[in-house]
Amino acid sequence: MVVSVQIAPPNFDRVFPALADHTRRDIVRRAISAEEGVLELASHYPMSFAAVQKHVAVLERAGLITKQRIGRRKVVRTNLEALLVARRLLDQYEELWRARIDRMDALIAETAGVIDTVETMESKR
Amino acid sequence: MTVTAVRKDSQRLTLTVEAEFDAPVERIWQLWADPRKLERWWGPPTYPATFTKHDLAPGGHVEYHMTGSAGDQPHGYWDVLEVEPPRRILFRDGCANADGTPRPINTIRVGIEEVAQGRTRMSIEIVFPSTEAMEQALAMGTDEGLSQAVSQIEAILAEETIRR
Repeated sequence: MVVSVQIAPPNFDRVFPALADHTRRDIVRRAISAEEGVLELASHYPMSFAAVQKHVAVLERAGLITKQRIGRRKVVRTNLEALLVARRLLDQYEELWRARIDRMDALIAETAGVIDTVETMESKR
Repeated sequence: MTVTAVRKDSQRLTLTVEAEFDAPVERIWQLWADPRKLERWWGPPTYPATFTKHDLAPGGHVEYHMTGSAGDQPHGYWDVLEVEPPRRILFRDGCANADGTPRPINTIRVGIEEVAQGRTRMSIEIVFPSTEAMEQALAMGTDEGLSQAVSQIEAILAEETIRR
């Protein structure tokens, strides 16, 4: 059997932890419309540039934001797609069940093989 | 192709997967009813499941754990609501919190029916109470544990796709 599955971008398991932090949620909110780089984003928060950079990295790993080059600048943009979490989680669940059904199928094929062997042995008797 | 239909309803948080197998109904039923068979497909090879209790009867309880390569063992359970061998199972799937208290994840309805001689359709309807519960399911056990397992599943699927 063939299951050709488009591998969804990973890290949807990181979406909720990434959004559990107030600053990170705020960065996501700003980056929907604003076109700011990390340095400009950092100016909005009472914390070090390095701390904001870390938050941005967490969001980037979760796929919630991307850094896009516009001219000579790199701006932080929210990936709206990634915000459609419920849908994505359903997708991931689909992957999980497809993998399970694949294993069921392998198991069925295996036991069918055993039965075939038994039947062949019986027919040889 | 074994998986014949997939339906997703983001509003109702429901996923339905249908698959067809070249095997009689009884053989597909055994994949659920025989814990030794069940544990061969429930978890991925890199995160195998072990079923320690398997009372597949209305009001019954099923208990299992999965074992990660790091030795982590997230525990899960089923609360069996309805069973009608060899055609139907309705159960609540859940995982155990760190303190051992149960946390429901979703409700799974399994239907098994013959579509032709020696050919069987299995439908699985999964209903989630909330997106948080869905997230729990995917991050069962520790945060790192299952996310790792999920990427392992993805790696396996990717490998298989390439091989084919």
